[in-house]
Amino acid sequence: MAAKDSSTERVVIDVRDLTRRFGDFTAVDSISFSVKRGEILGFLGANGAGKTTAIRMLTGLLEPSSGDATVAGFDVYRQREAIKKNIGYMSQKFSLYEDLTVFENIRFYGGVYGLTRATIKSKSDELLERLGLQHARDHRISGLPLGWRQKLAFSVALLHEPEIVFLDEPTGGVDPVTRRQFWDLIYETAANGVTVFATTHYMDEAEYCDRVSIMVDGRIEAYGTPNALKNQFEVSSMDDVFIRLARSTSQSS
Amino acid sequence: MNSVIMDNIARSYGDVRALDGISVQINGGELFGFIGPDGAGKTTLFRILTSLLLPDSGSATVDGLDVVDDYRKLRRAIGYMPGRFSLYQDLTVEENLQFFASVFGTTVDANYELIRSVFQYLEPFRHRRAGQLSGGMKQKLALSCALIHRPSVLFLDEPTTGVDAVSRKEFWEMLEELKAEGITIVVSTPYMDEASLCDRVALIQDGRLLTVDTPTRIEKSFPKPILSVRSARKYELIKALRAYPFSSSVYAFGESAHYTDSRSSVDAVELQSYLRDQGFTDVTVAQVDPGIEDVFMALMT
Repeated sequence: MAAKDSSTERVVIDVRDLTRRFGDFTAVDSISFSVKRGEILGFLGANGAGKTTAIRMLTGLLEPSSGDATVAGFDVYRQREAIKKNIGYMSQKFSLYEDLTVFENIRFYGGVYGLTRATIKSKSDELLERLGLQHARDHRISGLPLGWRQKLAFSVALLHEPEIVFLDEPTGGVDPVTRRQFWDLIYETAANGVTVFATTHYMDEAEYCDRVSIMVDGRIEAYGTPNALKNQFEVSSMDDVFIRLARSTSQSS
Repeated sequence: MNSVIMDNIARSYGDVRALDGISVQINGGELFGFIGPDGAGKTTLFRILTSLLLPDSGSATVDGLDVVDDYRKLRRAIGYMPGRFSLYQDLTVEENLQFFASVFGTTVDANYELIRSVFQYLEPFRHRRAGQLSGGMKQKLALSCALIHRPSVLFLDEPTTGVDAVSRKEFWEMLEELKAEGITIVVSTPYMDEASLCDRVALIQDGRLLTVDTPTRIEKSFPKPILSVRSARKYELIKALRAYPFSSSVYAFGESAHYTDSRSSVDAVELQSYLRDQGFTDVTVAQVDPGIEDVFMALMT
C-alpha cells in the first residue's frame, strides 16, 4: 500500500491498563488498546459493559482510577481540557439545536471551539457547499430530513479540525442509501487522516469499521478486524461474534 | 383467512404525507414484518391499525373488525406493544402484569401458559420495579403485558430497536413460539437483517410500500448479479469502482463493497484486473446473493 505515508502509522489513542472503579464496582477493568491516525475503530459492548465509562475517560470527562492513556497526544489525567479541544463528538440523539438554523448551529459550535468570525464564515461556506446544503443555510434544523441532519452534525463535529472524532451510533434508523452516504463521508474523513471512534450496538454497523473492540463486563474481550473476529469465533457475522462472547461469559459467571 | 386488511390507507400531518395509500393483506397466523427506516410511516400505520389514530382516507379491518367503527371490540381483540416503553415504571413486574390482566377482565393465571416462555426470564425479578429493569427485560415485560389477554393479533412497533444482539435473538425466538400458538404477529423494524425472520415482509419508505412478499422471493427479485469486492483500502476502492466505466451501483457493505454492472452480464475477472491496474494488490472479487438491503436500495433509487 504505497499510497499511505509513514505518518499514517502514528498512534493517536494509546490506552494501557486503564481502569475506573466506582466504590467496589470496577466499571472499566484494565483495558489496553491503541488506535492509529486515520483508523476507524468500532467500540462495542452490551449495555452496562463499561463502554460509556471508557469513553468518558477518553474524552476528558472522567478521571481514571489507574492506568495510562493519551488521546491526541494529551494525558487523560493532566490534560483533560486539551483533550476536549482536540476531539470532535457527534451523537445520534443530540448534536444540533433544532430551533436554530443550519448556519446558527455552525456559528454556535464554531464559537464554542474558539474559531474566529472570519474562520467560521469561510468554513461554513465551504461545509455547506461540500454537502450541497447552501439552499438550507437559513432553514431550521427541525425541518431537515434526518439524513441531512446527520451529515451536517458530522461536519460540524469536524469544524475545529480535531484529530479524532467520536461518533455515538452514527447511522441508527436511517434508510440504507443515506447510511451508505454517511459511511462514504466517514471513509473520506478517515482517509484525510482523522481517526474515527464509533460506538454502536448495531453489529452490522461494526462491519464497516477497520477494527472492532468488544467490551464485556468492563474488559475488552475481543479486538481485531471484523474479518479476523469472525474467523476467530468461526461465525459468519458480527452479530454471531457478539452472541458467542455474551453467552460464553454468562456461562462462566 | 385474512387477519389484517389495509385498503389504501393515507394519513398526513400538516404538509407531511406520513402514509400514502397503503394496501396490504396479512394472513391469519402469519408473522408479518414492516421493514423501513425512521420516518417511513411504520408507527403511524400501527397507530391506525390499533385504533389509536384515524386515517385521513382508506380503511382497515383486524379480524373482521373495522379500526374506526368497531374500535371498542377491536381493542379487546388485539395486543399492542408501542415503540416507547409504556409500562408503569413505579409498579413492580408482577403489578404491571396484574394491572394489564385486570384491565382486560382476565387474570394472570388464566393465560399464564401463553406468556410462560417470555415470562420465565422475568421470574427472578418479579418484585423489581419496571423502571429498574434492563432494556431487554423491559421489552420482555412489555411483551408479556401485551399478551396477557390472549389477543388474536399482536402488533409490535420496533420491539428490537436499541436492544443488544443477544436480547434481539431471544426476542425473535419468543415470537416464533407465539406464532406456533396461532397468534398473528405484525412487527415493524428498521433492521433489514430481521426481514429473514418473518414469513412475509413489506418494505416501506416515505409512506409508500416498495414491495410485499416473502424475504426469499424479494431477494431473488434483484435483477442483476452482485459482486462483492474487498480491499483493505475501502475508501479508495469505492472511488475506483465508481470510476469504472461499466459501474451501475457501488455501495459500501460492511467490510466489502457491492458492485453491479451496467451491462447485462458481469465479468469478475475483468473487474479484478482493472482494480489491479489501479494499484489494488490485495483485491478479491466474488459473486454474492442479493440481500434485503440490496433490494431496498434498488427500489428506493
